Amino acid sequence: VIPCARENLARYGGRQTVTALPGDGIGPEMIDHVNRIFSFAQVPVDFETIQVSSENPREEDLENAIVSVQRNGVALKGNIETKFDDPHFKSRNMEIRRRLDLFANVLHTVTIPTVPSRHKDIDIVMIRENTEGEYSGLEHESAAGVVESLKIVTREKMQRISRYAFEYAMKYDRKKVTAVHKANIQKLGDGLFLKIASDIAMAEYPEIKFNAMIVDNASMQLVSRPQQFSGGIMLMPNLYGNIISNIACGLVGGPGLVSGMNFGDKYAVFETATRNTGTTLAGKDIANPSAFIRASCDMLRYLNFNEYADLISDALFETLTVQRIHTQDIGGTAKASELVNSLLENIEKSCVNSKYRFRS
Amino acid sequence: QRNQLSSSSEVRRVTLIPGDGIGPEISAAVQKIFEAAEVPIAWDPVDVTPVKGPDGTFRIPSRCIELMHVNKVGLKGPLETPIGKGHRSLNLAVRKEFNLYANVRPCRSLEGHKTLYDNVDVVTIRENTEGEYSGIEHEIVDGVVQSIKLITESASRRVARYAFEYARANNRKLVTVVHKANIMRMSDGLFLNMCREQAAEFPDIKFKEAYLDTVCLNMVQDPTQYDVLVMPNLYGDILSDLCAGLVGGLGVTSSANIGEGVAVFEAVHGTAPDIAGQDKANPTALLLSGIMMLRYMNLESYANRIERACFDAIAVGNQKTGDLGGNGTCSSFTQDIVSRIRNSD
Ligand SMILES: Nc1ncnc2c1ncn2[C@@H]1O[C@H](COP(=O)(O)OP(=O)(O)OP(=O)(O)O)[C@@H](O)[C@H]1O
Ligand SMILES: Nc1ncnc2c1ncn2[C@@H]1O[C@H](COP(=O)(O)OP(=O)(O)OP(=O)(O)O)[C@@H](O)[C@H]1O
Ligand SMILES: [Mg+2]
Ligand SMILES: [Mg+2]
Repeated sequence: VIPCARENLARYGGRQTVTALPGDGIGPEMIDHVNRIFSFAQVPVDFETIQVSSENPREEDLENAIVSVQRNGVALKGNIETKFDDPHFKSRNMEIRRRLDLFANVLHTVTIPTVPSRHKDIDIVMIRENTEGEYSGLEHESAAGVVESLKIVTREKMQRISRYAFEYAMKYDRKKVTAVHKANIQKLGDGLFLKIASDIAMAEYPEIKFNAMIVDNASMQLVSRPQQFSGGIMLMPNLYGNIISNIACGLVGGPGLVSGMNFGDKYAVFETATRNTGTTLAGKDIANPSAFIRASCDMLRYLNFNEYADLISDALFETLTVQRIHTQDIGGTAKASELVNSLLENIEKSCVNSKYRFRS
Repeated sequence: QRNQLSSSSEVRRVTLIPGDGIGPEISAAVQKIFEAAEVPIAWDPVDVTPVKGPDGTFRIPSRCIELMHVNKVGLKGPLETPIGKGHRSLNLAVRKEFNLYANVRPCRSLEGHKTLYDNVDVVTIRENTEGEYSGIEHEIVDGVVQSIKLITESASRRVARYAFEYARANNRKLVTVVHKANIMRMSDGLFLNMCREQAAEFPDIKFKEAYLDTVCLNMVQDPTQYDVLVMPNLYGDILSDLCAGLVGGLGVTSSANIGEGVAVFEAVHGTAPDIAGQDKANPTALLLSGIMMLRYMNLESYANRIERACFDAIAVGNQKTGDLGGNGTCSSFTQDIVSRIRNSD
């Protein structure tokens, strides 16, 4: 399902170079945590770090970042703050996604034992169109005090994301695809999306159940009975995807826990699911690094370094559920560095147990 | 005391649109309860089944429109929106006709109706006339559709102002504007700026700005951090349903549509055709909307008395309807509220 041409990856002597885009807020310290874990576990990955920040925005930083991802094929990314006081300054995050044509945003929200959450048994994959819709960035002031913002929906992109979702369902054995829309109001735009998704469902994937849900109802269903979506995929255009996936992430423990993946035909960018900057947490060693660590594991799986991914994610799982090292955001008192320390100890233990499988 | 209350205010007329499906049952319940509380209002029931106009299109009967112009206040049950029959949603038509620009939905946890969230007490205020609901869409070339979201300075300012006025009148402390000005920089940026402008005129009310996605994320984790929320149309649509979900669904949430000098209060749930006519419907949502209406009409003491009886009937009564986990019927639940009102003086 993951559609990239992996043979083009920059791998020399078995080592892989990936782009690190730390971004603003907690991003840089999160990348540091990952770096520390990677070098401890001797993961054969080297980071090429490119600073793109909103502090003093320079066009060439953005260009360098994009070229670097194009060269390496893969990036681990923190969020870049968007200053919305200057209407001409475009979101860098969006620019990167658009220029690299990362059309699919994929999140997997699962309840984690011991992490406080009101609902049990959530296991939902969210697939979101990542490049068009309300995020097309086309706006104008048509008369004084009247602004028009264009939402663009194209058959091509809707087909691409719908097919991606069904392929994902086939490959990872998800039983149902739910398309989230507002076709009762946006009859043409969302209507097109709904029609494409259901046509593809019927014509090409009869073995997968397909249904549709209006976005306001979907958000209500999600907070009251999220289990009805478990085992399935929610397929969404851009803005609804943003909303629905933030709700789902909130349900399973919040912004510090869930990772997200962005795929295009050529490149892949890994980041946290909810793409927060966490400005107020920065520099205090309190932001939960779990989401970033999981993003790095997603990346390792993508790079076919499955053993390393398992090693790190098992160690993280043990830290969270067995040792119950919880940061503030999930009701604990642990510092981020304590969580990482515990994770490193767990790696150490499993390496001893498996006779230095990785470290010798 | 009751006499004093009723004599202190003249009887005022309210337009009642019972609606379709379970609408008539729950409207009758509300009328009965208001009568028991001797609320000084008289109802003008109207039918809004669309009639065919001279130009061949369907529209709301002119009697309803005339009545609303006279009464200025209405209570409305759910209306059926036939899908694909070529006429505009009636809800939309009512909203358009009276220029009901703000949709207000308080969501509060109900004692006796346990959900996974306690202590929810938020009010969403949604701009209701423009935005993503402008209805302007076209297929530019084959396979490319453009939908226009329209944001104007005047509509944004008006709803922002209303949010602060509401907060002040209802003793609320914090107004949060919900936006996505990081992406929709000009349109949401304009909305945001109008909220900032109004915030400056209400120094007694705290003001916060938050991204829509962040509000969704935080709302399901800890809803107590929010109070009054104001936002453009679509975001309000989604967030108000989300909040209703936190407190147990549309069967227990009230709603008001506010215009210039006109207001329509309504239950936001559907017509529930599956249980219509079976005496199973829960009248709470419409009743709570009616209570909001009383407050709007400055009939605070009646509102409080009915509200107390309704909350008690849910918290300790044994006549709750099926959707609240009880075995009562619409009429037995109504009767329970009526007895509580009678016993409350
Ligand atoms: N890794 C993390 N660990 C714990 N809490 C987090 C983490 N990331 C974000 N949060 C929390 O999630 C909430 C939303 O994050 P944040 O403030 O970054 O949102 P935002 O809307 O992106 O704002 P901005 O980008 O302007 O800072 C905040 O309360 C923040 O503290
Ligand atoms: N006031 C109420 N009391 C009890 N149950 C209700 C009430 N309102 C809705 N329900 C239940 O909630 C479910 C959804 O019904 P609702 O009428 O809101 O949606 P709907 O079937 O789509 O109707 P419509 O097409 O009119 O919007 C139904 O199964 C109904 O039984
Ligand atoms: Mg922040
Ligand atoms: Mg709605």
